[in-house]
Amino acid sequence: MKVVLEHLTKKFPNRNKKIKGDVIAVNDFTFEIPDGKLIGLLGPSGCGKSTTLNLISGLEKPTSGKVYFGEDDVTGLPPEHRGVGLVFQNYALYPHLTVRQNIVFPLENLKGKDKLSKEAMEAKALEAAKLVQIDEYMERKPGELSGGQQQRVAIARALVKMPKVLLLDEPLSNLDARLRLQTREEIRRIQKETGITTVFVTHDQEEAMSISDMIVVMKDGIFQQMGKPQDVYDKPVNLFVAKFLGTPAINVFKGFVRSGKLYIGSDAVLDVDIPDKEVWVGIRPEGFIVDENGPFKCKLKGIEVMGRDTSVISENEELDGVTVRSIVPSDTAIDTTKETVSFSLKPYKVHIFDKTTEERIVTDAEA
Amino acid sequence: MKNNVKGFLYLLPAILFLLVFMVYPLVDVVVYSFEEGYNFASQSFFGTGLYNFSYVLHDPYFMQAVKNTFIIVIITVPLSTGIALLISLGLNSIKPLKELFQTVYFLPYVTNTLAVGLVFMILFKKTAYSDGLINMVINLFGHESIDFIDGPYWAKMFVMCFYTIWVVMPFKILILTSALAGVKKDYYNAAKVDGTSRFRIFYKITLPMISPMIFYLVITGFIGAFKAYSDEVAIFGTNLNAAGMNTIVGYVYDMLYGDSGGYPSYASAASLILFAIVFTITVINLTISKKNIQY
Repeated sequence: MKVVLEHLTKKFPNRNKKIKGDVIAVNDFTFEIPDGKLIGLLGPSGCGKSTTLNLISGLEKPTSGKVYFGEDDVTGLPPEHRGVGLVFQNYALYPHLTVRQNIVFPLENLKGKDKLSKEAMEAKALEAAKLVQIDEYMERKPGELSGGQQQRVAIARALVKMPKVLLLDEPLSNLDARLRLQTREEIRRIQKETGITTVFVTHDQEEAMSISDMIVVMKDGIFQQMGKPQDVYDKPVNLFVAKFLGTPAINVFKGFVRSGKLYIGSDAVLDVDIPDKEVWVGIRPEGFIVDENGPFKCKLKGIEVMGRDTSVISENEELDGVTVRSIVPSDTAIDTTKETVSFSLKPYKVHIFDKTTEERIVTDAEA
Repeated sequence: MKNNVKGFLYLLPAILFLLVFMVYPLVDVVVYSFEEGYNFASQSFFGTGLYNFSYVLHDPYFMQAVKNTFIIVIITVPLSTGIALLISLGLNSIKPLKELFQTVYFLPYVTNTLAVGLVFMILFKKTAYSDGLINMVINLFGHESIDFIDGPYWAKMFVMCFYTIWVVMPFKILILTSALAGVKKDYYNAAKVDGTSRFRIFYKITLPMISPMIFYLVITGFIGAFKAYSDEVAIFGTNLNAAGMNTIVGYVYDMLYGDSGGYPSYASAASLILFAIVFTITVINLTISKKNIQY
């Protein structure tokens, strides 16, 4: 089931009554989630991700715009008639019910012709529990389970009705780092096995990039970019997307273009084919090559050995930030006694943004 | 060891206070209850035994007080808790004027007992000038006036229960509204997405979630209602035996200080019987609540 959002807008009245006007949580959202894909909805805290999810689930009514499931307009439908499964950030498992009772709960609500026999409910619950590998804990209460196990129960409860769309609201944020890694792979596996269209909300870009078929980046309620994780990473539409994706973060410098050369401070770092103007230059950490004759010079502050690779920490006056962080192979020879380090740059890891609009300027070479 | 001594030294004032004003009187009550014909003035008694208990249990006034107390407990505790729950649910689901209603429902809690008694007088009392507001309504429907204060037993009991429920309600509403507000919204959202009916949400989610608070209210409600006395005085005056509306605590008071008083031994025996009743009921309550609160 594909999900289409069309000019979706949600305004909330301002809580502080002294301030006039509404808070726009979701602003004119239009995008299509293809059938059977896992979509990561990504953005910083408070950017309207959860509101978007609630609009898809029907828990919130949009101020304007439409939501389609397949060809059906579901904008006016209450959540129970949309056929969605929702997993909450804190799981929202009923603490007084056992795992089995929690998973069966949605099935017991079915009425009329959908009504199931007790045996059928049990069978479905067991099937869902097996899918998330929680079937040995059926008689436990949520309080007796670990965070990761509770998470699986929540997913089982959302899946047991075989929803058309599965919505996950920050499902991993309450887990520790190790479990997070493991659970996100689980979610990926479950999504692949069931083939249910899934929307996954997170503020953790690494999480979103690692398991999503597509990611949607949003900021302050406004849609920024949608695409395959690698494409969005390689071709961010603007400075915000470039900064938001990638750890360590992209290094952003003040720069300018003069007669076909890109300057950062007095260093002409790259040949570019764009007209003269002031720009922001974003360089991915992996875009630096330590090169004695390289054109880009920075003040060396130190190195951090990671084993697999090495972080070079340096400073540059034109940097928008504190330190320049570059990642180079661990076998690179770096003379830490020197005060400066010289880099040459990988052109496809360098993004140039307009100074005022912060939109990315596409170079001819790339196009 | 040295630390222990120091610790007890700090506790000494409180312990002394408790010993003098709590433990000693408690022990004394037990002692009195077994001493026949104990006299305050001469500090003398005839003998020891169960005579006081036997006397109290054969006293028709005491049996009337026990009956009254039990009727008040059995009627007011479930009713006040149930109505408070309904009102709290209502308060929790409305948005406009919520604060106003909360304040209105809480007013009886901060109002002086005598002022409340006056209000009930206006509502129920027959005077030379008026039969009271409630009787005016009854007359409107073409019925005879009923004397709620000096009339038939059931009418007096009705006023008593009405009053008690009204007085204990604010506290229960306060506790229950905060308990309801404490149930996380996500549970309701999860239930909504799954298409749970309103009744099922209440029965399967809300009620179990606030059950610890309900049991708390029921237990303290039982204890409070068993100790009823001052409310009776506020409505029926100090001569409760004559009105037939005495309670166990009222009986104890009368035995000590009432017009027919001066019998600390009977008072002690009666209060120990009350203690036994309250203790038994509370143990039963706790056993039931342990079985029903599952998380």
